[in-house]
Amino acid sequence: MTSVALLRQITDYANRADPYPLYAELRKTPVVRDEAGPYLVSTYWEIHGLLHDPRVSSDARNLGAEAAEFRGQEEDPNLPPTFLKLDPPEHDRLRRLAMRPFGPPHSPRRVFDMRGELGEIVSGLIDGFRDQDRIDLVDDFSYPFPVTVICRLLGIPREDEAHFHGWADTLAASLDPVQGTSEEREAQLQTVRQARADLATYLAGLIEERRRAPRDDMLSAMADGHGPDGQMSPLEVISTSALLLIAGHETTVNLITNGMLTLLRNPDVLQRIRDNPGLAVPLVEELLRFEPPVQLLPQRTTLADIDIAGTLIPQGASLWLLLASGNRDPQRFHDPDRFIPERPDNQHLGLGSGIHNCFGAPLARLEAQIALTELVRRLDNPRLVEDPPPYRRNAVLRGPRHLPIAFDGLKP
Amino acid sequence: MPPVSADGYLGKFRREGRIVIVGASLAGLRAAETLREEGFTGTLTMVGDEPHEPYDRPPLSKQVLLGKVPYDHTALPRRRAIDAQWRLGVAATGLNPADRQVHLADGESVEYDRLLITTGVRARPWPNDLEADLDGVFVLRTKDDAAQLHHRLKAGPRRVLVIGAGFTGSEIASACRERELPVTVAERGPAPLVGALGGVIGGVAAALQREHGVDLRCGVQVTGLEGDPAGRVRRAHFSDGTAIEVDVVVASLGATRNTEWLAASGLGAGPRGIACDAGCRAFDVRGIVTDDIFVAGDVARSPHPLFGYQFLSLEHWGNAVAQAEVAAHNMISASSDRRPHVWMPSFWSAQFGVNIKSVGVPPMADQILITQGSLAEHRFTAAYGHQGRVIAAVTFDQAKWLDFYERQIEQAAPFPTDFPTVDRRPEGMQPQSAGFPDPSLPSHGPTVTLSGHSPADRRISFTPLRA
Repeated sequence: MTSVALLRQITDYANRADPYPLYAELRKTPVVRDEAGPYLVSTYWEIHGLLHDPRVSSDARNLGAEAAEFRGQEEDPNLPPTFLKLDPPEHDRLRRLAMRPFGPPHSPRRVFDMRGELGEIVSGLIDGFRDQDRIDLVDDFSYPFPVTVICRLLGIPREDEAHFHGWADTLAASLDPVQGTSEEREAQLQTVRQARADLATYLAGLIEERRRAPRDDMLSAMADGHGPDGQMSPLEVISTSALLLIAGHETTVNLITNGMLTLLRNPDVLQRIRDNPGLAVPLVEELLRFEPPVQLLPQRTTLADIDIAGTLIPQGASLWLLLASGNRDPQRFHDPDRFIPERPDNQHLGLGSGIHNCFGAPLARLEAQIALTELVRRLDNPRLVEDPPPYRRNAVLRGPRHLPIAFDGLKP
Repeated sequence: MPPVSADGYLGKFRREGRIVIVGASLAGLRAAETLREEGFTGTLTMVGDEPHEPYDRPPLSKQVLLGKVPYDHTALPRRRAIDAQWRLGVAATGLNPADRQVHLADGESVEYDRLLITTGVRARPWPNDLEADLDGVFVLRTKDDAAQLHHRLKAGPRRVLVIGAGFTGSEIASACRERELPVTVAERGPAPLVGALGGVIGGVAAALQREHGVDLRCGVQVTGLEGDPAGRVRRAHFSDGTAIEVDVVVASLGATRNTEWLAASGLGAGPRGIACDAGCRAFDVRGIVTDDIFVAGDVARSPHPLFGYQFLSLEHWGNAVAQAEVAAHNMISASSDRRPHVWMPSFWSAQFGVNIKSVGVPPMADQILITQGSLAEHRFTAAYGHQGRVIAAVTFDQAKWLDFYERQIEQAAPFPTDFPTVDRRPEGMQPQSAGFPDPSLPSHGPTVTLSGHSPADRRISFTPLRA
């Protein structure tokens, strides 16, 4: 395969339902330059190496002029970049500050203590399926569940979801490369700018409320926190909470939906997790390998010339790390196209690796474990209505837009 | 199943042979599991001098001293059943390779067809026996040590003295401070961790200790411990003429290899460990490799291709596991199926709220370069150079970069590194001397030791200085 328009093939909606044959083609050349400029990295060890390579930057300001031109995406001039798009030491400082109210070492019990609450939300949503024999898993379950969770965690009123749903969807889609004619690109960018501004304004008001009357939530903690790193600036609180709000549900929705889809395609595995709920833990890991919600990382760049797998990537180049392809690399995973929940040594790239590894990983894992266990336990004879289901447009945050499921009834 | 040799001996051995593992800790247990995993169905005997089933040691100087994990909740998780005959609480006292017999402290002997030695190390005791016997004087290596020390720390001693600021000593001091106990650390070298990481990093370790309220005294020796009439330790004297009142003393003077029981065996065993080849087969004193005696874990010293084929002794958790797996595999495999043990030395420590990790062999280095972060902030990555190539790296709270430096070591990448990295600071522009002390003056001891090219090394012995 030539390098012509590889990138376009990845973003091509026709490949959304099953991008894996394309990835298999790509892996024949571990590092390849797309005609549009970026270097696509598709094999496990090369991706893993670059994720831990201090010569690789997540800060778009380090892109060479040519690469920046292609990228077409712009940073919000009104808000500081999030830690997702920063390098150490700024990345480390902001991530530590955001971690203080979320995980170890300062809040080691935060996620664990949400266990009961997560179970209640899941039960409530499934109870709502009573008297139905068909649901859309995405709209009726996979979306509302993590949204409710991230709202409670951050301290965002759930009833405001009508406001931020659209903004979040727009911003999640903006992770994909901007394409089309320059007018189309400009229009897309305009929509993204507007969504970002609206979300920021909304969050700023909420953060101000929390600053005045703190509660036991992350917005309050980030607005009012103090520790060895000082505290976030007001604008940093806005950009960080926007990041967490979007990342907290736009990815988990796909993890849960992909999970149910995969189980329904593998009835023997579905039966096994029904018989043995303890299987949920390795099963979710295998799911993160097999159908990762974040398919690729399109925003890295090189600080130096990097010689990798026989290709010299020049300084300032744009890197695309195809996590989902690395997860199917037969050089790393035996029989990679099979879904094997008990797979040993499953060090997948589904949550990334290195300093930018998924911030919300412990929460996402727990949400998926509880959701899938309860769905298979309670739905009687669940069946796919269509396969493949219709997908969202997004190539980066890939997942079904709808997943219609038929079933015969609910178990208590 | 690996292929079986043509003569059928190996097949029979795998079915009905007798394997004895002397040393029932991490390496011994993981080896036993690997033997069964790979299809060995003969008899398996586990000999251990401690009465306990295999347990994990890293928590002993951390969570156990803090009371977060009870000392008896440190059993190693089992990967699978090993169907072994356990001889626990009985030390091996001798080996007769001609008769293939291990002699035990209870007078019995066990016969083997193949033997694996994983006897590890023990804490080097305080050299003055009378002082070492005082109530309140401890070492920390075993679970029983940890139980007693924890009990004593819980009682709230007025002051704890830690002698030797290597990793174990520093972790103990850290646990004491976390318990808000006054603690003095005495290190005869110029800084904590200096033997393992050199003077530049030692300086950071010293700052960490002082910032956490440790009374750190470097360049001094403890010249004597004094007890009260009831035999309880009360006072420690230093070489600078000062003295302090203490209720608890922990001697953290590094480790001694458990090889004395092999003195008459004819194996190449000495204070630096038991020499073995890359396939984990033991050398005898003539430098001839044996074919039925294997070695793994802290007690082994084996040649490493990345470090000039010098014999390398490692007191590293990960090495014990990896070497045990290779040794076990090789014990039941034909020569053509054997694997070399080429482990990249790596270890971690947690102290004063900092996660310290290292790869490679820092003490081999002459220079160090702070490639990322800042020493002053106690968050950094440093690369060590030896004769123009990267030989090791260390991170303080930046462990996620370490994989990259491991590759650099494997590729013998040039030092000083000539590429930009994220978070490069002004101090990261020029390499400086790594500041390792004269290796002929061991203090707390590095956890990686290069010990020359001779498999029959018996020359080195540790003689503590006396005042």
